[in-house]
Amino acid sequence: MKAIVTVIGEDCVGIIAKISTLLMEHNVNIVDLTQNVLDNIFTMTMIVDVSKVSASFEALSSALQQKGEEMGLDIRIQREEIFTAMHRI
Amino acid sequence: MLNQNEIIQTIQMIDKLHLDIRTITMGINLLDCTHENEQIACTKIYDKISKKAEHLVKTGCDIEKEFGIPVINKRISVTPISLVAGTSKTNDYVCFAKALEKAAVNTGVNFLGGFSALVQKGCTNADLNLIKSIPEALSETEHVCSSVNVASSRAGINMNAVKEMGIVIKKAAELTAASDGLACAKLVVFANAVEDNPFMAGAFHGVSEADTVINVGVSGPGVVHAALQNVKEGTFDEVAETIKKTAFRITRIGQLVAQEASKRLDTSFGIVDLSLAPTPERGDSVARILEAMGLEVCGTHGTTAALALLNDAVKKGGVMASSHVGGLSGAFIPVSEDEGMINAVNVGGLSLDKLEAMTCVCSVGLDMIAIPGDTPAETISAIIADEAAIGMVNHKTTAVRLIPAPGKSVGDTVEFGGLLGSAPIMPVNKYSSADFILRGGLIPAPLHSLKN
Repeated sequence: MKAIVTVIGEDCVGIIAKISTLLMEHNVNIVDLTQNVLDNIFTMTMIVDVSKVSASFEALSSALQQKGEEMGLDIRIQREEIFTAMHRI
Repeated sequence: MLNQNEIIQTIQMIDKLHLDIRTITMGINLLDCTHENEQIACTKIYDKISKKAEHLVKTGCDIEKEFGIPVINKRISVTPISLVAGTSKTNDYVCFAKALEKAAVNTGVNFLGGFSALVQKGCTNADLNLIKSIPEALSETEHVCSSVNVASSRAGINMNAVKEMGIVIKKAAELTAASDGLACAKLVVFANAVEDNPFMAGAFHGVSEADTVINVGVSGPGVVHAALQNVKEGTFDEVAETIKKTAFRITRIGQLVAQEASKRLDTSFGIVDLSLAPTPERGDSVARILEAMGLEVCGTHGTTAALALLNDAVKKGGVMASSHVGGLSGAFIPVSEDEGMINAVNVGGLSLDKLEAMTCVCSVGLDMIAIPGDTPAETISAIIADEAAIGMVNHKTTAVRLIPAPGKSVGDTVEFGGLLGSAPIMPVNKYSSADFILRGGLIPAPLHSLKN
């Protein structure tokens, strides 16, 4: 099962490192990653494989949200189907 | 593979443009809950709803968390209670409403609809009992919603029932005078009611439905409004195309959630309702979409044409995105629940008569409109008759949800709070319709041929 991690907020050192580490700790594999910085606003979307997630999806979602609060970023994870439903026939 | 723009676009629709799943509604058949002893019937009703909908709210919350799309309401619709209660010996059906209330509280849903009767051709004793019980039932419960179908294109308009509903609405308002007649916000009078509507207050579970079904209503006026900002100078062809594409996207999300919810609840998937349902929040208004097409204020000349385009384009876009479409499917134009409509009334741009004209081309009807508390019951009945006639002749669903706010008059505003919003009191025609309503009987169904 794939999911999309989205990170939006003010750019700072170590965003990718911290989030990748958290994902690794939850046994989540990163399939694809796109990021850019525009006017110091950092935007990253990751496609991740959560089929072998060590805890539950909900626990992973909470951990990411908590990490976002610590770093002053908006971090969320959503199942991929909501995006494919909207943008693919 | 998905690109970043697509992902961010979806997130913005949810975060900034109020895209949400307005409701996951579970329809539950209660025809197997009848009993001549009403207490036993009530226990059976409570037990069945509690069992079938045990996981409904949790499933809605789980889907919200996993997919990142708000699921605003989790609701239940049941078989019209007049069909269930008729076997019982009692004439007072308030106990059934209380059983439904208890089940609604136990399952944690936001609303439960189906304290209903279908009387378009005539009333059974059970129908009469139910209609008489409505004011008390709605004033003594919080979550129960009621509807009465008084007309259809095949049967005509049951004017006896129309007369009675004027009285019922007045009484329901008086019993809840302390909250500006809130009970009336939970009561809809229909023509051509549909059996799979997931929206309140008019939802009920039709007798042709399966034992339990999941129906889903999506909402996204804000998304449509934002999309129209990109075709400010465009022709109506471009406007229609833009709305269709947007409606398609919105409905795909509804289809996904409906399938997921029915799978998790082991319940058959009923329909996705394509309606654009506004909320009182800024940026979630159907009126503002009409204004974005070039109208200074919703309600001015051109509004009916704009609404006709919107309603049709939403259906055309949505119908391709879902395997089963149903319910009311169109644009809702409630006054109190739409920030743009409230504004239009307040600045004098939108009248009751214009709203009536608008209901000829869109979903449902005169919805969430507050009128003076001293409006005669016959006038309310006559408004219902007009609206039912529009539905009957045009083969569409129409409805009336009026609130004659006790003690309030034109210039006042009633506050219901939450999704029900606030409503400026709108004037009604001061001349009497009493003799017209007192006739009673049935207005015959129209010809279904010789259409010109």
